[in-house]
Amino acid sequence: MATAVMKKKKADQSGKGSGKLFEAKVYVTLKKSVLDPQGKVILHSLHSLNFKQVGAVRVGKYFEVRIQAKDLAEAKSHVATMCDQLLANTVIEQYTFDIGEVKK
Amino acid sequence: MIKAGVIVFPGSNCDKDCEYALKEVAGARVQFVWHKETSLPKLDLVVLPGGFSYGDYLRTGAIARFSPVFSAIKKHVSEKRGVIGICNGFQMLLEAGLLPGAMLRNRSLQFICKNIFIRTENPKTMFTNHLKKNQLLNIPIAHGEGNYYCDPETLKSLQGNNQIIFRYASESGQVNDASNPNGSIDSIAGIMNETGNVMGMMPHPERASEDILGSHDGFGIWKSILTSLN
Repeated sequence: MATAVMKKKKADQSGKGSGKLFEAKVYVTLKKSVLDPQGKVILHSLHSLNFKQVGAVRVGKYFEVRIQAKDLAEAKSHVATMCDQLLANTVIEQYTFDIGEVKK
Repeated sequence: MIKAGVIVFPGSNCDKDCEYALKEVAGARVQFVWHKETSLPKLDLVVLPGGFSYGDYLRTGAIARFSPVFSAIKKHVSEKRGVIGICNGFQMLLEAGLLPGAMLRNRSLQFICKNIFIRTENPKTMFTNHLKKNQLLNIPIAHGEGNYYCDPETLKSLQGNNQIIFRYASESGQVNDASNPNGSIDSIAGIMNETGNVMGMMPHPERASEDILGSHDGFGIWKSILTSLN
């Protein structure tokens, strides 16, 4: 699978398969129940920049995933599965994503 | 003589140290296994060494589990053969689901590289049978993501099944917040699976196997493994 990852980089960005092209914007953050020390440090740094209005910061990861699927429902289900299996570690992280069709 | 295989990933950097400790100090037969191998030779023990496999991309240990060798390791585990994952090797075992839980950034957000003490919590395992209950080991840690986390139910089952093998402790053996270097839940430094053949630990026994390295306390782990597998 590691080699598959390398190959994917070389392929064109529309992915394999027929159907419509979708793009998902995936946001992965630590679960609310898990402490986020990075977020805390950034919060304190923002306070020292005088952004006293800031009450909380949480740090996460952002992915843009392009995927071929026959419809929106199928694309959504694929993205959710890839989040569960790789993009997020669901022991500590949660995810959300926005997804829409890419008009050619 | 037991036969051990040290798996080498791109970015492994403790593979030679593990080979040296097992072969030259403990007296096992050791071979390296490149991560692209799809099968393992007949091994009594698999060592997943420390390092920065795949540059820690995405999450520590997250990509290593897709290496071809990992399906052979899963088979090795299902045959109840031994596996020890050290540091990045522990992170791989968590990401691969061979051990429960996950690693977070150290609570200090700093990479910590220093000698600490761990307390032996369960000496009745294939990894610790030469150690005594509550025995303290002076041993180095070197990690940025060693803050072990699991949900409360998992923690309860780890505690109930004596799967917590090592906890971070002070020099006098106290386990508390001050002696916890990275923020790990319940001061966990090492755990094993329910079957008892897979252990992951953040500290590096291979870097503390001889007096010339400043501590030989890690040797007890190699000796335990060799005794139980022989």
